[in-house]
Amino acid sequence: MRKLIFGLLVVLTWAACKSGDKKALPIYGNRQAVTKTVNGKTVTDTIYQTIPKFKFVNQYGDSITNKSLDGDIYVADFFFTTCPSICPVMARNMLKVFGAFKSTGNFKIISHSIDPKHDSIPVLKKYADKLGVTGNTWWFLQGKKEDTYTIAEKSYLVAVSQDSTAAGGYVHQGYFVLVDKQKRVRGAYDGTDPKQVDQLIADIKTLQAEPDEMIVQ
Amino acid sequence: MKAWLIIGSLLLSSVFLVISCENDSSIEFKRYYTEGAQVYITHCQNCHGTHGEGLLALIPPLTDSVYFKNNKTTLACSIRDGMKDPLIVGGKGFANTMPQQVLSPIELAEVITYIQNSFGNKLGLTTVDQVQADMTNCK
Repeated sequence: MRKLIFGLLVVLTWAACKSGDKKALPIYGNRQAVTKTVNGKTVTDTIYQTIPKFKFVNQYGDSITNKSLDGDIYVADFFFTTCPSICPVMARNMLKVFGAFKSTGNFKIISHSIDPKHDSIPVLKKYADKLGVTGNTWWFLQGKKEDTYTIAEKSYLVAVSQDSTAAGGYVHQGYFVLVDKQKRVRGAYDGTDPKQVDQLIADIKTLQAEPDEMIVQ
Repeated sequence: MKAWLIIGSLLLSSVFLVISCENDSSIEFKRYYTEGAQVYITHCQNCHGTHGEGLLALIPPLTDSVYFKNNKTTLACSIRDGMKDPLIVGGKGFANTMPQQVLSPIELAEVITYIQNSFGNKLGLTTVDQVQADMTNCK
């Protein structure tokens, strides 16, 4: 009897671990079911909310669009270079993410400045230099203020708002938003909390291991 | 047996005496340091980091004892009013501005005491009287 219970425990533990391994990240945002006909068969597809087209300029003066991130897993956040409160903490934590993935390929970080008036391209370049950020893994983006706020609120953060208790001021809350290769929001993490940033790093690895699906257009 | 008991209790009481005789300035130092740790968390840690490490070339570290010694009398003003001018800390230049902090003289003395006795610094107590004297010369 005792052996039986022990055996059962082992099986249960193994099963529990196994289901833990398979944990997939949620897909945030609105979704709709679309029925279409493929080869004479009716197929129902789910269309997920994706990050729409955008155009910004990075710290090198290169223009960066949604296409620049095709095939990449990326993390987006919002900051400004003169921000004295949470930004240094966010930068410190983002550097951890940068360090973990800068040489893996198909991975990017985009930090949008919410103060484009002050954060000109040379200012962003200087900021990147001071953080020791080189290469093309981490872009500091500058653009029209409305564009930045619209994409923040309508695309990145509305998608995750179901997880948030506070209504306004997402932009200033220091979220790191995780976006998959199909441009769907897969997670949002408090960029000021080292524990959540460790979770982000773990989740990026989970995403990287996800099989490539057909890119929904 | 009895003799041992007496010797033992005498030893014990002398230990207590030494502990309670800890001088006033040491107790004051501990009070400043403990309060200063809280002020640090609220007002400084975001930028200067949990271990006073700063942030690469962006925000200076608080580990340069020589800088503190050289700027002993202006620290309180610098923390309260913020800093604009470029400075050299630990042999590296820093050019970003530091925002001003709304802190009372006692809080300034506490946080200066905390910083100057953490992160590898050992510069002793900075009292509220010293801070108040230094602040009469703020620019």
